Amino acid sequence: MNDAPAVELRAITKRFGDLVANDNVDLDVRRGEVHALLGENGAGKTTLMRILYGLSSPDAGHIRVDGHPLEIRSPRDAIAAGIGMVTQHFALVRPMTVAENLALGRVGTLWLDPADVRRRAAEAAQRFGIGVDPDAVLGRLSIGQQQRVEILKALARDCRVLILDEPTAVLVPQEVEGLFATLRQLVAEGLSIVFISHKLGEVRAISDRVSVLRRGRHVGTAPGSTPEAELARMMVGRPTFGVVRESAPTGGRAPALEIDGLRVEAPGRRPVLGDVSLRVRAGEIVGVAGVSGNGQTELVEVLTGMRRPSAGSVRIDDVELARAGAAEVMASGVGRIPEDRHACLVGELSVAYNLVLEHLDEFRSRGALDERRIRSHAEALIERFAIKARPDDRVASLSGGNIQKVLLARVLSREPRVLIVSQPTRGLDVGATEYVRRELLARRTAGTAILLVSEDLDELLALADRVVVMYEGEIVGEMSASDADIDQLGLLMAGRGQVA
Amino acid sequence: MIGQAGPIRAAVRRSYRPTRWSTPGVAVAAVAITFALTAVPILLAGANPFAAYYEFLVSPLTSDFTRLEVLVGATPLLFTGCAVAIAFKAGYWNIGAEGQLLLGAVAAAGIGQVVGDLPPIAALPLMIAGGALAGAAWALLPALLRVRFDIDEVVTTLLLNPVALLLVTGMLNGPWGDPVSGFPESPRIAAAAEFPHLIERSRLHLGFLIALVVVGLAWYVLARTPAGLRLRATGLSPHGSRFAGVNVTRVLLGAALVSGAVAGIGGVSEVAGIQFRLTGGLSPGFGYTGIVVAMLGGLWMPGVILAAVFLGDLAVGASSAGRALGIPSQLGAVVQGTLLLVTVGLLAMRRSRLARPTTSGTGAAVDGVAAELAAEPPVAHDPAVSEDQPNTRGPGG
Amino acid sequence: MNFFVDLLAATLRNATPLVYGTVGETYTERAGVLNLGIEGTMYAGAFSGFAVAYATGSPLLGLLAAILTGVLAGAILALLTVTLGANQHVSGIGLTIGLIGMSEFLNRLVFSGQEARRITPFQALEAPAILGPLAPIFSQYALTWAAFLVVVPLAWWLLHRTSFGLEVRAVGENPEAADAAGVDVSRTRYLALMLGGALMAVGGAFFTVALLGTFTLDIIAGRGWVCIALVIFGRWRIFRGVAGALIFSAVFSLQFRLRILPGWDEVPFELLLALPYLVVILALAISGRNVAYPGAYLKPYRRT
Repeated sequence: MNDAPAVELRAITKRFGDLVANDNVDLDVRRGEVHALLGENGAGKTTLMRILYGLSSPDAGHIRVDGHPLEIRSPRDAIAAGIGMVTQHFALVRPMTVAENLALGRVGTLWLDPADVRRRAAEAAQRFGIGVDPDAVLGRLSIGQQQRVEILKALARDCRVLILDEPTAVLVPQEVEGLFATLRQLVAEGLSIVFISHKLGEVRAISDRVSVLRRGRHVGTAPGSTPEAELARMMVGRPTFGVVRESAPTGGRAPALEIDGLRVEAPGRRPVLGDVSLRVRAGEIVGVAGVSGNGQTELVEVLTGMRRPSAGSVRIDDVELARAGAAEVMASGVGRIPEDRHACLVGELSVAYNLVLEHLDEFRSRGALDERRIRSHAEALIERFAIKARPDDRVASLSGGNIQKVLLARVLSREPRVLIVSQPTRGLDVGATEYVRRELLARRTAGTAILLVSEDLDELLALADRVVVMYEGEIVGEMSASDADIDQLGLLMAGRGQVA
Repeated sequence: MIGQAGPIRAAVRRSYRPTRWSTPGVAVAAVAITFALTAVPILLAGANPFAAYYEFLVSPLTSDFTRLEVLVGATPLLFTGCAVAIAFKAGYWNIGAEGQLLLGAVAAAGIGQVVGDLPPIAALPLMIAGGALAGAAWALLPALLRVRFDIDEVVTTLLLNPVALLLVTGMLNGPWGDPVSGFPESPRIAAAAEFPHLIERSRLHLGFLIALVVVGLAWYVLARTPAGLRLRATGLSPHGSRFAGVNVTRVLLGAALVSGAVAGIGGVSEVAGIQFRLTGGLSPGFGYTGIVVAMLGGLWMPGVILAAVFLGDLAVGASSAGRALGIPSQLGAVVQGTLLLVTVGLLAMRRSRLARPTTSGTGAAVDGVAAELAAEPPVAHDPAVSEDQPNTRGPGG
Repeated sequence: MNFFVDLLAATLRNATPLVYGTVGETYTERAGVLNLGIEGTMYAGAFSGFAVAYATGSPLLGLLAAILTGVLAGAILALLTVTLGANQHVSGIGLTIGLIGMSEFLNRLVFSGQEARRITPFQALEAPAILGPLAPIFSQYALTWAAFLVVVPLAWWLLHRTSFGLEVRAVGENPEAADAAGVDVSRTRYLALMLGGALMAVGGAFFTVALLGTFTLDIIAGRGWVCIALVIFGRWRIFRGVAGALIFSAVFSLQFRLRILPGWDEVPFELLLALPYLVVILALAISGRNVAYPGAYLKPYRRT
């Protein structure tokens, strides 16, 4: 048995237009090791692994598996070479059962006897010690369970290298521990694991070695025990990063946003939102913590006028908005920054048109659009919010950070009294992230009531005054951010533990 | 790579060089490729392709009379092309322009028969209004089913086309039938209801001018007014538009009804300007050709005018080629279909050449016209997209 | 009694092209692609079946030609929508316009002349006499028998009991997942489209090589569009779609027979002919609300 690394990537380069996502990257993964791929959002980690798994093809470079050069043109080639991947957004077909998902892509047989398929699934679950119900419909499983199915799928194909892309993004702290335990056991059996993450703490906890990517380049590979500060420096070029919160909140005000008994039913299941009540005061940021999929999305949809609740009320200054549409919600002084920024802008329209789309009637002259005023409005906002774009650029062509700035500009230029914000820094680089967080804090100082939904606990604790936790559509706990206990939060997010 | 391992992979390579295929370039390439492909049936017919293309394209332009005939042929296509373009631009797939046009024709024939005592200045607007209303009414049911119950308008508009034709034949065999001759034509409309000819000794009639006015109006509204911007936004991103406060329901209903109305006026134009009565063969597929016109024109009104004239040219040329070279005139339909497929294919290729994902890996910007035409928005693996997507479907969404 | 026997026999017979077309379109849409070329494909199948049967004297060869034509049509649509990612609505309409045009072009070219050309079509298979008064129900064309007894169960089995069918369903729901699992998304869609095309073409050929024995203009008369509606009505399930085909065919067959009944001959026959289409729209209005389309419906797949 040779000593070659399980997987070697050499001089991998990948370009998307002018953007170089991977620049001459080298990586090797040894047998039986947990190798973390560390870097901030946009560093190129996912791109690199998608190349290894055959979902993308490199412009240059080559791959060796067990010392043999290999051309990987599709996931089928990768799977045949013993490489498995759990992508960030699981590659699972929701209406199908666990057993059917496991059977997908299996080579060799044409016939599919359902009893046989089920049996194989149960056997695989048994063999790898991963508890899943073969007959369960994928779409109804929790995120953690779905992830287990994804891992099982890879293992059942006899993979010897398992790639996990940001696996803890959707897990509660306690589930993370469970995942790590599973990983350690797999490694003990000889598996190699590539663990993509941007979270320093986890990387140090689980990995044997860490390779750091920054702006598409391989900065270096270090042992997993390397001190945080040094890893951070490799990652961003400076020893520490993060947001420092400013002074204590401005005191005692009447609630600007009152939510009472908000409910969203789902036919045949537990309500997606069940009797949520909440108050947000002017000049306060209330953070909503929780693993995604516990009703936060629906809460934001109701508050932004994109979904009708089955019951409950949302009031701003005694104006009832629960059943209002988007236009009415906006007219009541609510600014909305939703989690899916691409879907909430019209990507194929220009920056200028997107900036005025919410208030077109203010930009007409004699029945037609006042193009001149639209343009000057756009120019003013571009300048004020430092958006790297011209008024006529199509929004879809901008980078993620600039798209977020367009949204921010559209919203904040209206001086809203209430801000509904969801996942504002997801997918943004450090510069854009800091910008967004600074803006939110500035609004808070200016007296805006802000509801901030984020999967990033660090972000919540840094920005919010109070944090509430959502689990299965209900608010299960609340605490002030300065007193927040991470473990307590984790328990609440997992549905265990009570408010102190 | 587009697609995966397979026989077609080699033919399409994705390249990220920022070369731009200009729209006129695509149009020229489309025409050239189409002619190359349709040379086969022409040769089968025993004719010389170049002679055939001459007959089809050039000879209609060689005499005053045929030039005007081209415009006559373009007139109904201007209406249906405009109607389809308006609807498609809003993301409403109105495939029912054929039926809507026929309803307009029925209304025109009906009103035209009873307005004999009125002066033309009153009769004509009455007929036009009636036709528009009839076309809009025919478009109403599918539109309502779509906005209330999310029922695919492709199917419902499509199914109403044969029903409209049955209505026409029913009227012609029934109340408007000629009991003596049994000819499938309605009584002639009153003289006051006829569209005057624009030029002596040609069939070019008022309908052509009306078409230009309608297309011009549509262009202005779509390009220059808030309502038009809302319509365009809805077609490009229904979710983004709804988020921005646009009343998507109202936009879709409006687009559907206006589309039906315009197609209906097209029917009026054929009755009042050419046939002067309702006939069974009034529309040899104007509604479907309108789809070709709209797409060739890039869903853009100036393009619709060019495409309508081009197809009108083709229609005139087809019958002359039939006479001169013995090529069945159905070749015109073959050319239309091929042209549409080639155009749509080239635009899709252009789109993937230009697509440049951003850092987060989303499919990105392209020339707007191509984006609207060539493909549904690509499914991009965007980490920012929420996991829990409802099962939405639908164009542009 | 005779009336009902006759009606049932006619229903089964007239449902045949719809069954082929609906099953074919179901496969296509289940894979995530809308095939508006169905009307044109049925035309092309009808014409090619007729032409080859005329040239060779064998309706069976005609049928085979129709199958090939359908496969080709499906491949063209796949090239446009799967490989190039072109707009599916427009591609389908273009295909229909082109195929109908081509069929009529060739028809005029090859068969022009006053007398309608005829072939010796397939004959309906006589049912054994023991069935007595019920015999007409079972006196159907082989293509009809094949449709209900072979094609439908086989199609269901292929979709639900084979890995190919699993891949088709996966590719139509979530092509990214299928791709990551090692499925060749492109190849699966191509196969689904070509299989669907073949079935549609057979449905069209039924008119020429079996039912009528001749090719006329407007022979399909919008039945391809009806199949599209039936697929939605059937919620992309094979048996339900076939049920819809039977309902449409029943109404269609019924209105023919109503006309000769006393009192009904006053009703304009156009209204009766329109009835089936209206019934389909009504059926959609009632049961087609907020149905769950296949997840990847209308979306081309690209690896980014």
